[in-house]
Amino acid sequence: METEVVHTNFKSEEYFINMGPQHPATHGVLRLLLTIDGEIIKKVEPDLGYIHRSIEKMCERDSYQQIVHLTDRMDYLSANINNEAVCLAVENALQLEIPERVKVIRTIIGELTRISSHCLWWGVMGMDVGALTTYFYGFRDREMINDIMEETCGARLTMNYNVPGGLMLDIHPNFVKRVKEFVAHFKTKLPEYDRLLTGNVIFQKRTVGVGVLSKEDAISFGASGPVGRASGYSCDVRKHHPYSAYDKVTFTEALKTEGDTYARYLVRIQEMWESLSIIEQLIDVIPEGEHRVTTNAVIKLPKGEYYQKVETARGELGVYIISTGTKNPYRLKFRSPGFSNLSLLNHIAVGGKIGDLVATMATLDLVIPDIDR
Amino acid sequence: MTNLELQELIGNWEFNLEFSEEESQFLNIHVPAEHLHNFMFRFKSDPETQFDYLFCLSGVDWGEKLGVVYHLESTTKRHMAVVKVATEDRENPTFETVYDIWATSEFHEREVFDFFGITFSNHPNLKRLFLTEDWIGYPLRKDYEDETNMILY
Repeated sequence: METEVVHTNFKSEEYFINMGPQHPATHGVLRLLLTIDGEIIKKVEPDLGYIHRSIEKMCERDSYQQIVHLTDRMDYLSANINNEAVCLAVENALQLEIPERVKVIRTIIGELTRISSHCLWWGVMGMDVGALTTYFYGFRDREMINDIMEETCGARLTMNYNVPGGLMLDIHPNFVKRVKEFVAHFKTKLPEYDRLLTGNVIFQKRTVGVGVLSKEDAISFGASGPVGRASGYSCDVRKHHPYSAYDKVTFTEALKTEGDTYARYLVRIQEMWESLSIIEQLIDVIPEGEHRVTTNAVIKLPKGEYYQKVETARGELGVYIISTGTKNPYRLKFRSPGFSNLSLLNHIAVGGKIGDLVATMATLDLVIPDIDR
Repeated sequence: MTNLELQELIGNWEFNLEFSEEESQFLNIHVPAEHLHNFMFRFKSDPETQFDYLFCLSGVDWGEKLGVVYHLESTTKRHMAVVKVATEDRENPTFETVYDIWATSEFHEREVFDFFGITFSNHPNLKRLFLTEDWIGYPLRKDYEDETNMILY
């Protein structure tokens, strides 16, 4: 006859566990202090600063051209879009008239960057939940974009392609052809992503209903990008505060209302389709003209305050410049999307299991240098 | 709502607000430190303003004064504004926290504390965020000097 064994020697107790700073699922040097009861998470406390370089302090001694180079090192997967943010802020402050050619090329490059970033995210998202194949698929397609970037500006990750006033170089003669090849290639590969991972039963069990974020909380925690949009919060900077050529293209803002890990996943997949559509609308109509307007070698912004927001692959990046009229900013603040998105991790992870935390973090798509600026 | 309409609307509120629009694309609202929390609470909850999205919170060292700049947007009405608060007390600068109004400011205020030494009263967990606990000084202040680690030219 079976009797129930009651353990009197063991009590349920909360204890601490370190996740990171060297943990494969944090994708960088992020340390999470977890308070755990069994496998249930009671509290997540991020410990930051392992790769903080104080870019904001460095900016105070650098010229505006130099600052652009530092922004590559924040969210390195959206390097081009970060460059663009600083350039737009400086150009608006100087009231420079930027050629249409530059705006269109910046938009195309920005969307290629977004696809490339999402490809990497999709690869590691699968890997985080135990599907290693996705990693190779994602990197295979991302490689084509890296090649385009290398041909265009000589770099594959930290591009430095934008400068205040335009672009460092004109596009390579092969650029249009290569981009069209990529779009045609990727259109056949994106459905493959769905077949491989999206409909997978195990993947859905790991993600549906996990890490739910309501719309009110998303706004309160300053969520942006796919994280906010998966909760039904319309926050696409490209729609609400269009810059470059985004006012000339039509695209749908990817919105979901569920707010769970699976919704954030679907938003990013849809964003890749939208990015392809934006590139297709622009690639044949790149206007002729200059790729750069000349600025003074020493750029001095008029006294005042300037704010520019752009939509990176992770969400809203803000550049806040206070200028006193000298060649350096008096204060420069980067509002990085990852930082605000990380602030809500504790809120959505509590009550779940450690495995859920890994899946949730994968769809927050944190890039640690973006948080540790 | 335009900047002027916004200024007319909240100009009647009893918080001794001052406005400036010079050299900025937004309406700048200067709030006395003692009214900060009450003003912010109303700024978010009033049906006319509804500034529910705090998208940027920055510490600034203006030389004589230390302060915090709040960039706000309404997700329903889509207008934006900047709220500034400052103090001349460089030894013990303190403002009230707004984390109960916008949850994201819990992290942002910790960052400001870390780099500017501005404390936020009633903050649930105010400690260094990026730097180690034994770090001396507040690096983003203009009078901060660290001869070993800083490259100045």
